[in-house]
Amino acid sequence: MMHNLISLTVWTPIVAGIIVLFFGKNECLARYLALLGAIIGFIFSAIIFFKFDSNFSGIQFEENIPWISQLHINYHFGVDGISMPFLLLNNFITVLVILAGWRVIKHKVALYNSMFLLMTGFMSAVFGALDAILFYVFFEAMLIPMYLIIGVWGSSNRVYAAFKFFLYTLMGSLLMLVALIYLYNVSGNSFDIFTYYRTPLTMVAQILIFVAFFFSFAVKVPMWPVHTWLPDAHPEAPTGGSIVLAAITLKIGGYGFLRFVLPIVPDASRFLAPLMITLSLIAIVYIGLVAIVQKDMKKLVAYSSISHMGFVTLGTFLFVGPIASVWGLQGAITQMISHGFIAAAMFMCIGVMYDRVHSRNIADYGGVATKMPIFATFFMLFSMANSGLPGTSGFVGEFMVIMASVQNNFIYGLIAAISLILGAAFTLWMYKRVMFGEVNNHHVEEMKDVNGFEFVVLALLAVGVLWMGLYPEIFVSKMQVGVHDLVVQVANSKI
Amino acid sequence: MNISLFAAIPEIFMAAMIVVILLLDAFVADNKKHLNTIFTLAALIGGYILQVYVFIPGQIQLAFGNMFILDSLAQGMKLFTYILAIVTVIYIKHYINDKKIMKGEFYAIFLFSILGMLVMISANNLLILYVGLELLSLALYGLVALNRDSTKSTEAAMKFFILGALASGLLLYGISFVFGATGELQLDKVFQAISTNGSQNAGLLVFGLVFIVAGLVFKLGLVPFHMWVPDVYEGSQLAATTVIGSVTKLASVVFIIRFLIGGLVMLSHDWSLMLSMLAFLSLFIGNIVAIAQTNIKRLLGYSTVAHMAFIAFGLMTVSVNGISAVVFYTIVYAITALAGFGVLLFLSKDGFECEQIDDLRGLNKSHPVYAGIMLLVMFSLAGIPPLAGFYAKFTILQALVELGYIKSAVFAVVLSLIGAFYYLRIVKVMYFDEKDVGLQVANVGLLPRVALFINGGLLLLIGILPSGLMNICTQMITS
Repeated sequence: MMHNLISLTVWTPIVAGIIVLFFGKNECLARYLALLGAIIGFIFSAIIFFKFDSNFSGIQFEENIPWISQLHINYHFGVDGISMPFLLLNNFITVLVILAGWRVIKHKVALYNSMFLLMTGFMSAVFGALDAILFYVFFEAMLIPMYLIIGVWGSSNRVYAAFKFFLYTLMGSLLMLVALIYLYNVSGNSFDIFTYYRTPLTMVAQILIFVAFFFSFAVKVPMWPVHTWLPDAHPEAPTGGSIVLAAITLKIGGYGFLRFVLPIVPDASRFLAPLMITLSLIAIVYIGLVAIVQKDMKKLVAYSSISHMGFVTLGTFLFVGPIASVWGLQGAITQMISHGFIAAAMFMCIGVMYDRVHSRNIADYGGVATKMPIFATFFMLFSMANSGLPGTSGFVGEFMVIMASVQNNFIYGLIAAISLILGAAFTLWMYKRVMFGEVNNHHVEEMKDVNGFEFVVLALLAVGVLWMGLYPEIFVSKMQVGVHDLVVQVANSKI
Repeated sequence: MNISLFAAIPEIFMAAMIVVILLLDAFVADNKKHLNTIFTLAALIGGYILQVYVFIPGQIQLAFGNMFILDSLAQGMKLFTYILAIVTVIYIKHYINDKKIMKGEFYAIFLFSILGMLVMISANNLLILYVGLELLSLALYGLVALNRDSTKSTEAAMKFFILGALASGLLLYGISFVFGATGELQLDKVFQAISTNGSQNAGLLVFGLVFIVAGLVFKLGLVPFHMWVPDVYEGSQLAATTVIGSVTKLASVVFIIRFLIGGLVMLSHDWSLMLSMLAFLSLFIGNIVAIAQTNIKRLLGYSTVAHMAFIAFGLMTVSVNGISAVVFYTIVYAITALAGFGVLLFLSKDGFECEQIDDLRGLNKSHPVYAGIMLLVMFSLAGIPPLAGFYAKFTILQALVELGYIKSAVFAVVLSLIGAFYYLRIVKVMYFDEKDVGLQVANVGLLPRVALFINGGLLLLIGILPSGLMNICTQMITS
């Protein structure tokens, strides 16, 4: 069983999802089955996390069998220090999502839970895949459940949001497919990602491949200016959908840059790094400013996600910038994990309020803290984390990336640091308007404090946020060797 | 001269069975018309068994003085044709009963079209190819026109007939040039004649080739020879659309492979240029115009045009990989389309024809299984993994990139992105929209439902484990 752990992590939720879909006539049974599937998947990913040898350089838990032999496509899974934390995060978040929807989702329960389980399995496969087509298959397959999640359970403008989400991401991935097929032909008929790492490529080919990958991953991250689908998708998605979207799906973009773009086209990455850094800085500052003026809480957090993901791309490309800074790379990965917790927590908090008042408008709230004191405490913690307070996870990654920026260029550091102010501004101002002040309408008057399910979910997220903030060592040490391997890889020129 | 008829036994059996069914219809009472269905199924299953029995693996069998060939491509495609035809009969039984066309002639015409396909698949001679094509086409005109009280059907049949006859004429005219230039009609001899002294009559050959390509792509429905496709799809009754839209594609593609690869491969430089231009146009027009459609049959018609463009791209590569990708694409497309039409057929009841996109509104609420199958069909047509349609597109793209046609590949994927939009719209209607009254599904019985379920599951199964079918396709091509 030990050498099949990744397969088990991938397939347990998928099989559970299919079972739930077919045997979910009874809503209660569907919920319990889904929770069981999610927990078993989480246990497998936790075993991987603890069994992971942090001193070993290379791929662990590797599985490699031929899948489509005519096309040399293999069923090739394995994790290194970079992908492993995501596997754990992904399965952790799914348990929370199933719990979060326990009381709230009353409409097509089986389909809802099954779609989330399928999503989890697909995303685990994306993080574990070492064969380009295996990666691609799951990368695209994710769109189907997400399309249905947004479209079926979303709110008023859901159809528009679902289409925009699907077509935007599909456009990116189709171009990536052509790039992968091209790589297959130049690398001597192989879809193995590590073979691509060694394949020499001319500068022109590298830049074209970079562009194809860029469209695919930048849309997922999302980077400015291809970010516009996210603020539309988020407010319309149900709470669980928003959590998965923000916490995991966006990370696939950042992960793709690390797994594909930097090692496969290192020279093009170096060449285009200034452009990417500029785009990231624009995302950080401009989107931060946009977030301040939002009237809709979910839109606000969506914009804040884009701004925070700007740090991920900034760190990634500072790493191949003029002064290769490992801080940037480590910061990018830490920021992704941390943002996974914080974004999930923020959307969860908004979901808790939405279920009581059925409004996402900041103006409809006020004085919630007096009615929901326990909730207010949690929300305070997460808001602080979102604005990057030291001691929470939000601080660690942003700090590392800002350090890397200062190393490279003081101006970069200065601009990146502005985001700490902006982050505090949009988060805390929203917190103030929603939680403090007078109770200004009868909906707020009737609000009850968090119930058991919500408390468990918020508490688990709080543990994650504080753990990553106070003792990031346990994650950082596991990724150290993986980061080092990537450093060595990217340092080589391929021309 | 080889006068053995052994390789053609299944076709002879089919022809005999058609006569039996026509006679049978005259003698059975109106309340026992289901006998027709049983005999039709028996004919197809018997044909399948004979086909398996007749074939000797690894050998090329000839009949009728080498005009008829049974190689592994023919064998494979015929078996798939039989299977798809059997499934078609199972799907349409309820529908034609409901529409009161449950008569011997429907089945006889249907079997004639199948016989035409079988002959086309096995033809080794330009004239036999033409005869098979005409047998198929005339039967299809008949199927479309069968609903004679409907002006729409009549119009569709007239358009189909006039344009089809014109295209056949063009083809025959082109064949006459090839014959004039080479003095041969046998495909392998035409090939030899062109490769030994093709340059002598190059002008004549290329002139004829233009007409041949025009005739061939008319059958596929590539732009600018596509106008019949949406009209016929929309105008015919669903049963006829199902036949035209699914099983027929296999024969049409083998027909083109035999013509262009088997006989005229030496002229590939000329015809691949023509095909690539037509494919570009078809992808563009097929995908863009499909967006504006509100009728599913018409939408699927335009989507066929775009899908056939992928097939033309595959043919254009003239490589083993490309051609086996074409065969794979065709089989996957036929299976996918059949499942889609199956759902529409089951939803048509009591004279109601499920043909507007809005007719599917809220299908997920009333019939989640049918909605699920339609969802698989739509995502498969859009080419989203892990469904069969993805690998079909993937193998074609790979063949293109392998030979350096990267721009074509990029163009194809960008336009299939546009294509994804209208498939998504059907999913949207089924899943996101609610309807007050649930859709009625016809009481079709157990067998059709099981068949449809397997058909839908197959899309997923081929998507997850495509190597089996890919192997079969490669074997068909290489030997």
